Amino acid sequence: MKIDITKIIIFCFIAFSLFVFWKGLKNSSNYDTTQLIGSKISNFQLININNDDQYISQEDFKKNKFTLINFFASWCVPCRSEHEYLLNLSNKEIKIVGINFKDKKSNAINFLEELGDPYYFVGEDSNGKVSISFGIYGIPESILINSDLTVIKKIVGPIDQIQYDEILKLIQ
Amino acid sequence: MKVKSIFFIICILITLPMHASDNQTRLLEVYKNLRCLVCQGQSIADSNSDFAATIKLVVQDQFNNGKTEEEVYNFLISKYGEWIVYQPTFNKNNFLLWVLPYAVLIFGGFIIFLIVRKTKHKKVN
Repeated sequence: MKIDITKIIIFCFIAFSLFVFWKGLKNSSNYDTTQLIGSKISNFQLININNDDQYISQEDFKKNKFTLINFFASWCVPCRSEHEYLLNLSNKEIKIVGINFKDKKSNAINFLEELGDPYYFVGEDSNGKVSISFGIYGIPESILINSDLTVIKKIVGPIDQIQYDEILKLIQ
Repeated sequence: MKVKSIFFIICILITLPMHASDNQTRLLEVYKNLRCLVCQGQSIADSNSDFAATIKLVVQDQFNNGKTEEEVYNFLISKYGEWIVYQPTFNKNNFLLWVLPYAVLIFGGFIIFLIVRKTKHKKVN
């Protein structure tokens, strides 16, 4: 029996194209931040929003067993909905640091006076550059790290009951 | 001597804007290769979003600190993943994408060579 090479090549080409399309369809084209989990946070330094002489850097997080870095702004509506969860978390075995993203200092202070202050330190990131080094692309976002400065969890969007329970489970 | 000094100053003044425009071109090239994560199919260069504006500031800062294009891309990939660059880097997940066009070109060339040789043989016979 004579083997038709041309037919085999055409068949292989079609099979390969279908395989590539199938693989392509299986891959999600939506951006997600799962690759950040397990990575270390970058070096940074931020001024305290309440005191220009006070700074915070990644070294300060090494003292805490767990640190939740929360990115917020007074103009961010979903930040209000997650605030009660942050207040509840502030009573647990976790330190919460707030990074005020592209906000006016006075507005941020008023925001915390109105809703309560769950943070042990609020850093000022007026131009958003520090937030980029944390892989932030919108707020609210939160990053849970351990004392090794390794990212354990990243939450995009406001913290809700499900995220709150997951954080509690992770810090236990 | 005076003429030489004036000539030297003029040369510097002429080359300064050229140098500045080189930097701008380099920045624009990087912006074009970065995906705006909060926009629909827009690059950082095309987008006026808040995110794009911040990324532009970060890229400018990194260049001012003497970082190379590759270092800037690697920094952003480490924070946002491969998704942030339009031109992906060579790795095990996309090696076919890079290698296949060359493989097809070589294979196609080989087929054409075989066909041409076969045709010549037929003509001779």
